[in-house]
Amino acid sequence: MNLQQVIEKLELNVLTEPRDFSTIEVTGGYTSDLLSCVMAGAKTGYLWMTLQAHMNIVAVAALLEVAAIIISEDAQPDQATIDKANQQGVILLSTPRKNFEIDGKLWEMGIHDA
Amino acid sequence: MSPKTRPQTEQEIYGRRGRPITDQDAHDISRVEELSYDLKVHEVMATELRTASPDMPLSEVLEILRIGRISGVPVLQDDEMVGIISLEDIVHAMYKGGLEEPVSKYMTREVVTVANYESVVKAIETFTLSRLGRLPVVDENNKLVGMITKGDITRGILVALQKDYQEEEVRRYRASHLFQDIISDRTTLVMRYNIQARDFNHGGNASSHIKRALTRLGADPQITRRCGIAVYEAEMNLIIHTDNGGILKLEVEPHRITMSTIDDGPGIPDIAQALTPGYSTATEQVREMGFGAGMGLVNMKRCVDTLELDSTVGKGSKLLMRIIIPSQTLTGIREGQK
Repeated sequence: MNLQQVIEKLELNVLTEPRDFSTIEVTGGYTSDLLSCVMAGAKTGYLWMTLQAHMNIVAVAALLEVAAIIISEDAQPDQATIDKANQQGVILLSTPRKNFEIDGKLWEMGIHDA
Repeated sequence: MSPKTRPQTEQEIYGRRGRPITDQDAHDISRVEELSYDLKVHEVMATELRTASPDMPLSEVLEILRIGRISGVPVLQDDEMVGIISLEDIVHAMYKGGLEEPVSKYMTREVVTVANYESVVKAIETFTLSRLGRLPVVDENNKLVGMITKGDITRGILVALQKDYQEEEVRRYRASHLFQDIISDRTTLVMRYNIQARDFNHGGNASSHIKRALTRLGADPQITRRCGIAVYEAEMNLIIHTDNGGILKLEVEPHRITMSTIDDGPGIPDIAQALTPGYSTATEQVREMGFGAGMGLVNMKRCVDTLELDSTVGKGSKLLMRIIIPSQTLTGIREGQK
């Protein structure tokens, strides 16, 4: 499953610079708003679902090299956060959906914990 | 890049050799050949132009050629190229009439040109077919913009090769050779970062710099990742919990990586409690940002081989973490060991 398919299926908004998402393989997912838990639980290539939209999510995502961050319930990161994400190559996606719904849909698409 | 006013070159439409390149082609193409496709005429041509006018006497042209040590010049009338006059034409004129005759009488009117946006290989082709030694270069509006000789091409390719070579040298001298190149009884690379308290906007910067440095040093990705997580948690602790921030230090040695932080307060009253998963003293405000899960030290412990935490209330804390680089992991770092 690649990121382009996920973006299309879940109708996600791409907040960072567009690029070829079909080359990015999604290997699993992790949902949490606690950064240390994400540090422990999310792996390279995972999608990270969170309500957090502040700048520190970018550093965590960059360190872990997650496939993308899906920011739920329409939480809006500020421009500085988006700029930093672009600079560090982190993909920010957003959706009005709730974490539970996103997780369910991803699971249905066959994305399970790797 | 090319303006829409001109037709695309064959190379632009079909790629090299007028067709898509196969793996075999790619293998067969030498770097010089590749460069002659990559380099464009305008990159190698001479732009300092010497020109003649149609009514100029040939003696004057001869002087231009002599001073410039060239064998021919384009002839311009009102900025428009109307021909080219060469030494050969002048010799011809000397034989027939004299050097006081005007250029227009002996110049070649059908000028073979090459376009500035074409690849150098196109110019080479034109040189070969026309048996000429120098070609006027025109832009898409057929306006004269330069001159090109075979010598210009040779020079252009040599310069490009030299640049290639330097880039290759720089790339090859990656930091991963650092530990091999430095011979000592003990080589240590120390990176030190000053972390400001409450500086959430730069939270994670030190860890991402460290991660990049380790990658460049050729560290095993798994070790880089463990190091990144441990350092991130330590960095955030300095930002979240200290009075005045602190110093984060990373020491890289061929056989181990040592990460340490030191701060001047407030200190941890109960270290055992601090190491309990889920225990946190973070403020509500910090927790709202997703910190203060009480998992920071737990994560660090999970990622490193040894962790020591010393703290005195009112004085500060010292954290020391080590990752041992296994000898069977032949990383760039490890290779440096004597």
